[in-house]
Amino acid sequence: MTDTELPESLREIKEEFLALEVRERLQLLLEFANELPDLPERYRDHPDLLERVEECQSPVYIFVEVDDAGAVQLFATAPRESPTTRGFASIVSQGLAGLTVEQVLAVPETYPQELGLTEAVSPLRIRGMTALLGRAKQQLLRKVAA
Amino acid sequence: MAVGVDSNEKFATYAHPERLVSTQWLHDHLGAPGLVVVESDEDVLLYETGHIPGAVKIDWHTDLNDPVERDYVDGERFAALLSEKGISRDTTVVIYGDKNNWWAAYALWVFTLFGHEDVRLLDGGRDKWIAEGREITTDAATPSQADYPVVERDDSEIRAFKEDVLQHFGNPLIDVRSPEEYSGERTEIPGYPTEAALRAGHIPSAASVPWARAAAADATFKSREELDAIYKGEAGLADGDDVIAYCRIGERSSHTWFVLKHLLGFERVRNYDGSWTEWGSAVRVPIVTGSEPGETPARR
Repeated sequence: MTDTELPESLREIKEEFLALEVRERLQLLLEFANELPDLPERYRDHPDLLERVEECQSPVYIFVEVDDAGAVQLFATAPRESPTTRGFASIVSQGLAGLTVEQVLAVPETYPQELGLTEAVSPLRIRGMTALLGRAKQQLLRKVAA
Repeated sequence: MAVGVDSNEKFATYAHPERLVSTQWLHDHLGAPGLVVVESDEDVLLYETGHIPGAVKIDWHTDLNDPVERDYVDGERFAALLSEKGISRDTTVVIYGDKNNWWAAYALWVFTLFGHEDVRLLDGGRDKWIAEGREITTDAATPSQADYPVVERDDSEIRAFKEDVLQHFGNPLIDVRSPEEYSGERTEIPGYPTEAALRAGHIPSAASVPWARAAAADATFKSREELDAIYKGEAGLADGDDVIAYCRIGERSSHTWFVLKHLLGFERVRNYDGSWTEWGSAVRVPIVTGSEPGETPARR
């Protein structure tokens, strides 16, 4: 998929990152982290949230919805102490908001690596966003199949 | 130009009290000449959300690991990093971080590979400092460039490789991962499949002591008595033992390394940083599943 085919929201986020110096990209990621909204009321007591994975990487929970018009929304939560994870979740949430199911499923898996963040946060951590995107697609597929 | 040690009573019970400082001590010494405070967290952005005034950031991944090979940075890169952070060879470095100082201990262990003499941990780390309502800031630290010498990394004393572990059988091994990783029920951390190994379980004869058992609820280290009960009592370590600790990539085991080496005073303790991501994917190495340590294999 070339850039012209990337949905506008995702393309804009990518351009915003690539326009910055490597160090400034971390600051932008932090801004994304700060923009991650709280979960809507209906998810606050969701049973998944009780299963905390304490070892190693920070827990992140995502909830994908498709509205009557066929537009996708993604809600996510991660601890305040994990701003990188929150930033990743915020990018995915803002980037996928309002897309159609087909558009979301067509987002390339390599998108997280195209933001110019690999050097600033390390390839290992970038895989966290790749996994997040993968989980969002899986959840969407299950939802559509149901 | 080292800064004096913290004469805290609790620390006096440990083998090397000079390796810890309390939050109060740090509060009283912030800005002292010859002292540099370093924050080292799991999350590369946590420092930016607020840190101890004047503290510099060192990231375990982007700063301390080689970007290409699975190894630590070399002497030149380490010297360049520390110089940029305002650290000289004789600087007193106090490291603190999130998650019970897990990553701070990892950074301290890497500093030790380069023989940096005066490197300490803030007991309780970032969490305790913040819980006590002490000052944090988002102002970027502006250290003046120092001149850290290029020192060759010494991997012989505190670092173990796979071959060393195969030669080590018959001596104690400590597996510091979660019980599920030890038994082999869990091969990977959910959501992070690329950090997995191909096989699950533990190195035969290793005792299971999850790393965080060394930490109290407020993120400080447990008392000497409690640590003795865990490592000498339950895990069966005896004075004079030659010990190797491991986890998944060598970070959690740095925390245990610190406890065994500096708090309990074991002379010979090594961290096997290849850990389960290497062992669990290596060809023809022995593995045991389940909650028992298993038979000690022959050395090879």
